[in-house]
Amino acid sequence: MFSPYKFEIESLNAWFGSKHVLKNINMKIKEKAVTAVIGPSGCGKTTFIRCLNRMHEIVPGAKVSGRVLFNGMDIYNEDVDPVQIRRKMGMVFQKPNPFPMMSIYDNAAAGLKLNGIRDKEKLDSVVERSLKLAILWDEVKDDLNKSGASLSGGQQQRLCIARALAVEPEVMLMDEPCSALDPIATAKIETLIRMLAEDYTVVIVTHNMQQAARVSDFTAFLYLGELIEFGSTKEIFENPRSELTEKYITGEFG
Amino acid sequence: MKSSRKPPVFIHNLNVKVHKIFKKPLTGDYAFKLLAATFASIIFLILGLMIYELIKGSQLSLQRFGIEFLIGTKWDPAISQVFGVLPLILGTLVTSAIALLIGVPISLCIGLALSEYAPKRFGFAISFLVELLAAVPSVIYGLWGIFTLIPFLRNNVYAYLQGILGFIPLFSGPIYGGGVLTGGIILAIMIIPTVSAVSRDVFSAVPNTQREAMISLGATKWETAKNVISYARSGVIGAIILGLGRAVGETMAITMVIGNKFQLLPSSLFDAWYTMSAIIANEFTEATYGLYVSALIEVGLVLFFVALIINVLARLVVWRSLKLVRGIARE
Repeated sequence: MFSPYKFEIESLNAWFGSKHVLKNINMKIKEKAVTAVIGPSGCGKTTFIRCLNRMHEIVPGAKVSGRVLFNGMDIYNEDVDPVQIRRKMGMVFQKPNPFPMMSIYDNAAAGLKLNGIRDKEKLDSVVERSLKLAILWDEVKDDLNKSGASLSGGQQQRLCIARALAVEPEVMLMDEPCSALDPIATAKIETLIRMLAEDYTVVIVTHNMQQAARVSDFTAFLYLGELIEFGSTKEIFENPRSELTEKYITGEFG
Repeated sequence: MKSSRKPPVFIHNLNVKVHKIFKKPLTGDYAFKLLAATFASIIFLILGLMIYELIKGSQLSLQRFGIEFLIGTKWDPAISQVFGVLPLILGTLVTSAIALLIGVPISLCIGLALSEYAPKRFGFAISFLVELLAAVPSVIYGLWGIFTLIPFLRNNVYAYLQGILGFIPLFSGPIYGGGVLTGGIILAIMIIPTVSAVSRDVFSAVPNTQREAMISLGATKWETAKNVISYARSGVIGAIILGLGRAVGETMAITMVIGNKFQLLPSSLFDAWYTMSAIIANEFTEATYGLYVSALIEVGLVLFFVALIINVLARLVVWRSLKLVRGIARE
């Protein structure tokens, strides 16, 4: 069954303990495009993206209901192993989190090693390819044995992107990847996101509306756990249907 | 006018503050600083006094035997009055090594279980009990060793062990119950509370972002836990050293179960042996002449330096691996 959608989310609800953080979300995320999720703090956008690779449930007391179809298959089905799902998706977090006790090389190769790949040649080529994809290769190619922690913040974040890309995921999930970075590093990551969209499905959570406007093809606006509006980025920013969206985008609150 | 620019106001203010600190030393702040510094420097005094007293007390033996004391293998207070501690050093190091070999893996598992796996309330209860174990006096461990552990090991464990591994010399020979392995086991039990409590703390201190990075890469729970250990390795080394420190210096319990037999090397793990702390505890009351007492004090001096060397080495390792993590820890 062919579907242009990578994710089809059907009546997704999520809780932390008794706190209802996502309320009946229905959304379809298109393949090989960038979908941005925006909204004020606490609106559930991070929870939303963490429901897509079953990271939400690792927090004690967290609960999910509803369906998330990934390539037409429900990832919340009982038979599905969340570990296998996560291997198909790369995730980048708010704060760069490279493994400080590993070298740059080993950071980039970490995912492959988890998959049991030990072949040196294969590892070499994948490390080089993913560091190039993450536009980091030229900066680190002579220091591959240095600690991942020796890099600057922006470089660390690109290393994390390379680490996620190395396992050839189908999807890149990015949770405010630039929130801890300076403008120059942010610009580099944004360029990278646009490039990635040619081959990958990218979902990016961002606090920064300009960033959503710059990098995304589709935008979802979440408010207090509800999906207020979802559509092409152009539409959302130029001609929002909901008054709430308009207020948020024009900076009246948030 | 040389320059039209005034110095920025905040720098000016700062100067005033710095100035004040030096001009008005007798504020409460300064008095407290002095008090704290005094007590802190008492540490140096105590340590210095300890070394001084140990060296002074062991003068007789130091002058008589010199380096022979360290490499000598004879301990004969009764007839020839010759003292050498090499067997005791070996006994201390080997029993401590056995303790680490057995105790550290168990402790790390306890630490991981508490920080990564256990539900909060359950983990809290276990932590409390583990820490309670550290408060049990060592003579109690020794008594328990004599009355419970030794019969249990002799009747249920050692015979099997010998049956399976008897072809290795280490596991051959007569089984008394007490001995090197029993000593190592009791030390292992005694270091578990310390090592597991500290390793739980260092594992808990690993930022969650590290766990999430592993999980998002598709790591299993165990692979994530391995990464936690690796991130916390300097702390883990610190925990192990604390355990080693306790094992090396432990006196009562080991004295009660190791058999206290002075020999260069035991014939097997089941044979009796001796440690530095045990011989001091056992023979101090019997030391009837100056050289004997002096030799025992020198054993204390050697023990002190062995512990010192272990701690310095450990510090170096911890510093080295901390350097790696610092880049991330800065956040």
